[in-house]
Amino acid sequence: MRGALRSPRRRARVSRGVQYVVLLVAVVLLVSTADFGEIRRAFLNPEVAAAQFPGVLTTALVNTVVYTLLGFALGLALGLVLALMRLSSVAPYRWISTVYIEFFRGLPALLVFIAIGNGVPLAFQVSLNRYLVVTLALGLVGAAYIAETIRAGIQAVPRGQVEAARSLGMSSTRTTVTIVIPQAFRIILPPLTNELIMLTKDSSLAYLLGSTLAQQELAQFGRQALNQYQSLTPVLVAGLCYLIITIPLGLLVRRLESSTARSR
Amino acid sequence: MTAGSGTPRAAGADDVVVLDGLVKRFGETEVLTGIDLAVRRGEVVCVIGPSGSGKSTLLRCVNLLEQPSGGRVVVRGTDVTDPDCDIDAVRRHVGMVFQAFNLFPHLTVLQNCTVAQRKVAKVPAPEAEERARANLERVGLGERGDAYPAELSGGQQQRVAIARALSMEPDLMLFDEPTSALDPELVGDVLEVMRGLADEGMTMLVVTHEMEFARQVADRVIFMDGGVVVEEGPPSQVIGAPREARTRDFLDRVLNPTHGR
Repeated sequence: MRGALRSPRRRARVSRGVQYVVLLVAVVLLVSTADFGEIRRAFLNPEVAAAQFPGVLTTALVNTVVYTLLGFALGLALGLVLALMRLSSVAPYRWISTVYIEFFRGLPALLVFIAIGNGVPLAFQVSLNRYLVVTLALGLVGAAYIAETIRAGIQAVPRGQVEAARSLGMSSTRTTVTIVIPQAFRIILPPLTNELIMLTKDSSLAYLLGSTLAQQELAQFGRQALNQYQSLTPVLVAGLCYLIITIPLGLLVRRLESSTARSR
Repeated sequence: MTAGSGTPRAAGADDVVVLDGLVKRFGETEVLTGIDLAVRRGEVVCVIGPSGSGKSTLLRCVNLLEQPSGGRVVVRGTDVTDPDCDIDAVRRHVGMVFQAFNLFPHLTVLQNCTVAQRKVAKVPAPEAEERARANLERVGLGERGDAYPAELSGGQQQRVAIARALSMEPDLMLFDEPTSALDPELVGDVLEVMRGLADEGMTMLVVTHEMEFARQVADRVIFMDGGVVVEEGPPSQVIGAPREARTRDFLDRVLNPTHGR
């Protein structure tokens, strides 16, 4: 037996076999002990599920997408500015950008929502439009992450690209806009999609702001229906709706990557 | 110091590039220690020398990709070492070809040749494209305008890089070891294009290890070592019958690499 296990390849094969056995035992245990009737009642109640439509799609899903896109638009614009500031030759710009990024990256998004949604109206005696609050909160937090992503992308563009552009007479600004940024965005497309997916999930924090039925996004929609029906099924439905957004995003970026493969 | 070089000529109106006591330091290291050099209009000057001799740095000081630490660099009558000089305007007329090609990968071959014309020289699109196509034709790649750089061989990419520089209609072309990154069988096409340019009267400053090219095409060869010009003269002299021991030693190693020493 010891002799048989001396070969690394044989050891690997035995180890793999043991892992399959462990997995099989776990699955069998889980299936044999689960109460499927209970699970179906809690998670997969067909009437409750059906009752969520079409509201979950026409209102909640749409709101989630709108909130996310608004936040992402601000985050992308602000993130680009912050990234360029972070790489600026003017030191104070670098400091400001660094402080901003460290600050908003370190705070829970929840706290930013509370500060803008509840804190600002209280402190300044103003009422803020709900879309404005969500855009600001998601955008300010998203910008910190997106800025770091864009900075990394810009720094990944080879120095020779800048030299070639400058040697053709392009100014520093022209080089950044025409040569560096387009290449940087190709590089950061996958991590940028991750930011978008994170914002999609963070948009659920809009529930803190309280909302009318028409303003509900997916998470709050699910929570309210949970109370109404005393069933986890609406939460599952809302959860699946998030996947309807995020999984195609992943597929889309893979398509984009292969279609730009020619030009990199 | 520069014993064996020709008598230094006074800088004249016909000079496209004049280096006057050019010094370049990287930190404590002095890479160029007072270079004097003039390139006349239509002249092809090849700079040869061992790696680390400062020849690439010299070339990069001409269009200020490296900031000189001392001395003067005058290009087309403009002192580019003057802080008030518009270096972008000077660079528009000075083409540069890099060892690593440095084509813009996100643009097609044609766009590589039009982007600076359009954005910098403000040439109208149809004219810019016409110029680009003519230059691609000239380097033998008239058919590849719609390709992306990644779809081309190294030799083709370098020829596009030459066409890109030519599309700005430069008065001077700088070549920084243009064939050093190429597979041996692709070197010939690039050198052929460069030879054609020289025949048409382009002013060229070429850093190269291609001794045969230097011998046949250069009007003047400059041998650099340790940040100084060791020997300078017509190729028949510098390559054919070098006077300096350091030049002989270098050429011996380059031309007979397998001979034991």
